Amino acid sequence: MLSLLLIILAATFFTGIIIRTKSVASGRKGPGVFQPVKDVIRLFKKGAVYSETTSFVFRLAPTIYFASVFVAMLVVPFGQSKGIISFNGDFIFFAYILGIGKFFSIIGAMDTGNSFEGMGASREALYSMFAEPAFFILMGSLALLTGFTSFQEIFSALHLGSSISYALAVMAAFVFLMIAMIENSRMPLDDPKTHLELTMVHEVMILDNSGFDLGLIFTAGYLKFAIYGAIIFNLFSGTIAYQYAIPMFFGMQAFLAFVVGMIESFMARFRMNHNAQFIVVLSSVSLLIFFGALLVSGKFI
Amino acid sequence: MNLVWGFILIPVIAICLIPFLKMGGKAIAVYAAVSLIAILTSFVAIEALLGKTFNCTLPGSFISGPIRLQVDALSAWFMLIINFGFLAGGFYGLFYMSAYKNQPKNLTLAAILFVLLYTALVSLCAIQNSFVFIVVWEIMALSAFLSILFEHEKVATVKAAINYLIQSHVSIIFLIIGFIWVASQTGSYDFGAIHAYSLSHPGMFSMQLYLIFFIGFAIKAGFVPFHTWLPYAHPAAPSHISGIMSGVLIKIGIFGILRMLLLINIDYTSIGIFILIISLISGIYGIMLAILQHNLKKILAYSSVENIGIIGIGIGLGCIGLGTNNTVLCSLGFAGALLHTLNHSLFKSLLFFTAGNVYQATHSMDIEKMGGLIKKMPQNAFLFLIAALAISGLPPFNGFISEFILYSGLFSLLHNASAVSLLGIVFTITGLVAIGGLAIICFTKVFSVVFLGNPRHDFYHEIKEVSHFQLLPLYFIVTFIVTIGLFPKIFLDLLTKPVQLFTGLRQLPFNSFHGNGIEVLSSVSMSSLYFILTILILLGIRKLVLRKRAILISSTWGCGYTAPTSKIQYTGSSFSRTYSKLFAMIFLINKKEKDVQGVFPLYAHLETNIYDKTEKWLIDYPLGRLKYFLSRFLFIQNGRLQTYVAYGIVFIIAILLLTAVDTVFNTTFMH
Repeated sequence: MLSLLLIILAATFFTGIIIRTKSVASGRKGPGVFQPVKDVIRLFKKGAVYSETTSFVFRLAPTIYFASVFVAMLVVPFGQSKGIISFNGDFIFFAYILGIGKFFSIIGAMDTGNSFEGMGASREALYSMFAEPAFFILMGSLALLTGFTSFQEIFSALHLGSSISYALAVMAAFVFLMIAMIENSRMPLDDPKTHLELTMVHEVMILDNSGFDLGLIFTAGYLKFAIYGAIIFNLFSGTIAYQYAIPMFFGMQAFLAFVVGMIESFMARFRMNHNAQFIVVLSSVSLLIFFGALLVSGKFI
Repeated sequence: MNLVWGFILIPVIAICLIPFLKMGGKAIAVYAAVSLIAILTSFVAIEALLGKTFNCTLPGSFISGPIRLQVDALSAWFMLIINFGFLAGGFYGLFYMSAYKNQPKNLTLAAILFVLLYTALVSLCAIQNSFVFIVVWEIMALSAFLSILFEHEKVATVKAAINYLIQSHVSIIFLIIGFIWVASQTGSYDFGAIHAYSLSHPGMFSMQLYLIFFIGFAIKAGFVPFHTWLPYAHPAAPSHISGIMSGVLIKIGIFGILRMLLLINIDYTSIGIFILIISLISGIYGIMLAILQHNLKKILAYSSVENIGIIGIGIGLGCIGLGTNNTVLCSLGFAGALLHTLNHSLFKSLLFFTAGNVYQATHSMDIEKMGGLIKKMPQNAFLFLIAALAISGLPPFNGFISEFILYSGLFSLLHNASAVSLLGIVFTITGLVAIGGLAIICFTKVFSVVFLGNPRHDFYHEIKEVSHFQLLPLYFIVTFIVTIGLFPKIFLDLLTKPVQLFTGLRQLPFNSFHGNGIEVLSSVSMSSLYFILTILILLGIRKLVLRKRAILISSTWGCGYTAPTSKIQYTGSSFSRTYSKLFAMIFLINKKEKDVQGVFPLYAHLETNIYDKTEKWLIDYPLGRLKYFLSRFLFIQNGRLQTYVAYGIVFIIAILLLTAVDTVFNTTFMH
């Protein structure tokens, strides 16, 4: 329950901080930190335009996409306190429930009969296929390291004792951050602020969405960032008491948003056909973590 | 005993009656026969699943020896799958086939074959005598062959059917070798003899025997590289037959593999690793090729190969669990495999039936010609969508449950494994994840290209939804898919006895799935319910909010271009283009291209053709060499009657001489 509240709170400012960082880095003042939330509220108040090509799939897709992210959020714990859903192997459920959201956002985009949206859909399908092994190998190594198979147990048992485990945690944080970037189609893979449809991934998939549906999609995106931020925080939190952990949580989320903003400000987007390679690199980093976990648990002889 | 005679009599009476009945009568007779057999066998099967094994011995003939019939929990599980597949498929088939009313002779044959195929499949689960098993197996193979041939006026159908006929006979050859091996050593055709033989010959002999059986059954099941018949046979057959073939028929291969595992005592760890590797390859290769296909049913056929791979992963894990005395892994592996067998039979038959509806509406299987069908056939599209979600292994549907069980088994292994086996586990997990991701690419592509967007082709006939009766069994299947997805506990409890058969091989302590780390499934179903609840609440809110808002219907955003044609849509090939370029080295894509030329181009042409590399190197190449070699002997077949008569005479003389020599030999040795 606690994690749910905290993640929702973090989601309200995460994307705002990214945008603010980018504005400041490029010498502008930029909108307020809560501007994205205001945008969404405005969208919720608007009517909608639907393409005549679309069917019920298009109208259903944003809702299911949002619901999948929302339910995934219920799985994520906060330090010692469990998420609302917690069981052995809950991270499998986490990945697969996000999968059904992706499935719907892809077919929702394809429903418009627009070539641009097809482009985005095809890329999204491919990238998420590549990103998933990285997540599973990473969670597998954490499970190996701790001997548990649920988010909450893994994170509360994750003791950062030796220097190797610190290195592992940092690498894991990197992988999670990159997965968050892929999931949200952010910078090294996709430029959300580009104006060329040919080079978009996520933005181009939602060209035809408007009003309430678009608001849901945006909110889901904000939540996704905060979810991954919470997971990264959990990597380091261990058994810290709540009165310290909660401020640290928000500090961490803000810091991550800042990092994302900096990456987006000072990095160019990859060429489209290099994206797949980059995502596969993530799996290899996860494999490194796995070998590290083997080292720590003394399985290497 | 009476049960068995009833079981034999029903199909015999039905088959004798069918030719003399009118069209409606035929339909009723077929379905009545199928239902009666289904009731009879389900009764026995459910008892077996609850722990009461059915045993019975028929006198048999002097060749076969006594014929033992036995329905244990494993047979029962497969019998129930077969029963369900045929009940749903038969009902669908009744309406599907009514489109062919003007071919009464053809329909009579199809009706007889349907009953025959069903009876053969169900009996295969019970027969414990290898001689009779082979005979019934042959009946099954032949009736399936003739069922595929239904649209025999098409060349492709005949080719596919003959391909199937030959490959299924290669499978039979392997089975015969295995059975004769045992029979020649023990003098008995009973399955018990196989068990006795493997106990007295542990090690290499048993392993070889198992591998022979494995190859035989794997051809039927469609493991890579024995899968090449599937992508031809499934598209060629009428849709209810392809649904049954993919949902039920290939599962008899899985049944054989499991049955032999129970009978033959081998080194379970090494066979487990072998099955695991071959299954991972099947899973990944199958779905990778499925993504590229243009023919709707071919996509589904390749995806069957993928799902057989997932089932195989379960069997492999179960065997490894057996070999290492790991009760949890063993029970979860086999439970995952058996549950996925059921799951796959459900969503794959649903996919084939909906594909059949698409075929009846459009008379085409080429997905590049489709598009926008969701507006013409909304119910069909909805059913296909459910099946597509389920087959991609997404919650809250049944595919997720079986994959989750497999994942649980894999992750439970992590704690007490050595470094090498850990690597194996990680690769298996990665493989399973990759299969899931690729399945999402595959089925988002199929669903969106076939049903969404604008029509890509003008059909000169009206496209409309099929009759409600034809859709009825499909809704029935959907109910099952959702029930397994939301309440997996019921089905898992039914699996206790079958799994106990396997854990019993090593006397592992397994009584039920309670306390086995898998009671989390109730949490999974809780979470799935949360998900559905969230969707419902959101939809409610959405409806409330949008009620007062202005809703406009306009054209799709076209980047300022206001007169788009349906040609600018993403096609199936363009959807998978990046993917096919990335993995180009695995595929064999033949391309025929004529570029646009000049300032005012008139004509351009592009044709791609996906071919299977394993088929090229494992089937076509050796066949080509064999043909070349045999063509050296063409002079023997010179077309002159005189020479042929001479061959006959030479043959007869040779036989006589040989017998003469033999008798002379014998008499000299006698004295």
